[in-house]
Amino acid sequence: MTQQSAGDRVIETRGLTKRYRGGQLAVDRLDLAVPRGSVFGFLGPNGSGKTTTIRMLLGLIEPSAGGARLLGEPMPRAARRVLPRVGALIEGPALYGFLSGRDNLVRFDAADPAADPRTRARRVDQALDRVGLAAAARKKARAYSLGMKQRLGLAAALLQPRDLLVLDEPTNGLDPQGMREIRTLVRELAGDGTTVFLSSHLLDEIEQVCTHAAVMARGRLITQGTVAALSADTRGRLTVGTPDAADALRVLKEHGITDLVVTEERVTGDLPAPPAGPPDLADVNAALVRAGVRVRSFGTERASLEDVFVQLTGEGFDVAG
Amino acid sequence: MSRAEVSGSAQHTGTREGAGAGAGGAGAGGVDARRTARPLWSLGLLRNEVGTTFRRWRTVVLLAVLAAVPVLIGIAVKIETGGEGGGAGGGSGGAAFVSQITNNGLFLVFTSLAVTLPVFLPLAVGVVAGDSVAGEAHTGTLRYLLVAPAGRTRLLLVKYATTLTFCLVATLVVAASALVTGALLFPVGEVTLLSGTTVPFGEGLLRALAIAAVVTLSLIGVAAIGLFVSTLTNSGIAAMATTVGLLIMVQILDTIPQLHAIQPYLFTHHWLSFADVLRDPVYWDRLQQNLGLQALYAAVFGSAAWARFTARDITV
Repeated sequence: MTQQSAGDRVIETRGLTKRYRGGQLAVDRLDLAVPRGSVFGFLGPNGSGKTTTIRMLLGLIEPSAGGARLLGEPMPRAARRVLPRVGALIEGPALYGFLSGRDNLVRFDAADPAADPRTRARRVDQALDRVGLAAAARKKARAYSLGMKQRLGLAAALLQPRDLLVLDEPTNGLDPQGMREIRTLVRELAGDGTTVFLSSHLLDEIEQVCTHAAVMARGRLITQGTVAALSADTRGRLTVGTPDAADALRVLKEHGITDLVVTEERVTGDLPAPPAGPPDLADVNAALVRAGVRVRSFGTERASLEDVFVQLTGEGFDVAG
Repeated sequence: MSRAEVSGSAQHTGTREGAGAGAGGAGAGGVDARRTARPLWSLGLLRNEVGTTFRRWRTVVLLAVLAAVPVLIGIAVKIETGGEGGGAGGGSGGAAFVSQITNNGLFLVFTSLAVTLPVFLPLAVGVVAGDSVAGEAHTGTLRYLLVAPAGRTRLLLVKYATTLTFCLVATLVVAASALVTGALLFPVGEVTLLSGTTVPFGEGLLRALAIAAVVTLSLIGVAAIGLFVSTLTNSGIAAMATTVGLLIMVQILDTIPQLHAIQPYLFTHHWLSFADVLRDPVYWDRLQQNLGLQALYAAVFGSAAWARFTARDITV
């Protein structure tokens, strides 16, 4: 129960709400807290309000109610002071096709009031180098592949050392090799002390790089916390490998294990929910053996984030909210 | 119920871990906290915007078309007079000048500006102004400029200043092309003004420059309208078409005699008053009316564009 000061939170929203003119409630009383130094995964199916939230955080959309603080300052009021310290990739890259990759970066850098024009050329080259685009820097952006455009968008976010990176679906359009490079880059940046706010619908991706995560569905925040805590709170599934399935089934039922499924020589089931408390698995195993059940294997499978998501929303991940 | 519990307990864990991570990241966190806005950065953005605008193919093509108009007029006049020997009247606006071209190539500058001002120039300005914000919104680059953060008011001012730069460049392209064509095809020398006075060629050139300035200023109204329309939509094409459509509509209204009561307030109404620069002494009345009206349009539509753009949700 440690109480954090606001300064430790890079992003903080209070009752953040957006109702579009049509009456559609895109984001509903969102209370988000992103700790400094975290790699924060922002999860949710398409249409769950992630992008609207990100746009409100960055001052592109005015909230209908509530407010957001970025790096401790209110948005969008402090945009001039805050945004130069924030790099962003929002809903995919957007480029000037008739300009070279390099000139695209020069243009975005020129739009930053805090950027020093004297170091521009060097910073642009460094950013291009960092995303592996140095060789294609002079090519017109319209000739870039989707993956290259994505990299150029990332390079724009890396023109300055940032305190916060907001990356909306950063691996879209990338091949597996490119995805791995982005993950490495994100870990590297996090290692330098940059907080990374990463939105994605790829649970796998979040699980691999993020320390924290939040889940949205239908405009509401369903949960947030560390990835470890999120997975731990979901009951894992107990799996027993045995030729004596019928006996095992009876013993497991006595120990309060539910949703038992027998497949060939395997019995799986859900451990009881927290109020009753899951039984000590050592006791369960001993009981099985005492009942004459020959146990070949015994263990729980840790829940993946996908299990967490399905449990929380009661629906498949790719169903739009 | 169980959902709330899961959420609550996860949040507590998150808070604890967050505190630990925060301590680790605090040292690096303040790296560029001292980076502040530079006083002259708006000029850098303006320079970049102007450069970007003139590197578009579309801009180059528009300027090429504008440069071709005086050449075509010059050749047409040359052929026409080669057959008949006398100067024939052209369109209503340029009529006063066309007959003079064969005597003095400098009059091709006045003729060309008189011909391009009602249609070609405002059309080109409408395209550039209409696309200025809407085009960026359409390609999505607008959101990246705004989170850079360019600032909405500054970005709008930079866009308007760039459009005005285009007005000036477009006018100068017409004038320069006309001057070169006129000098090549016709004799040049002392200029006989509309009031009958004759002035040396040097002063004639200065008056041509003054006319180019007046023509440029005549376009700031339509540029402001284009900018406003551009803030209303996310489609560059729609904004261009709307601006050009408005221009044509106003031009038509200006020719309907029953509407003479509103005509003095149409931004196209005093456009051809620039001919008054060629009188001795210069007639200022209509010139002032024109420039005052343009300033009014720029103020009204500029404010409307600002009100709209600064309050707008950027959803693309």
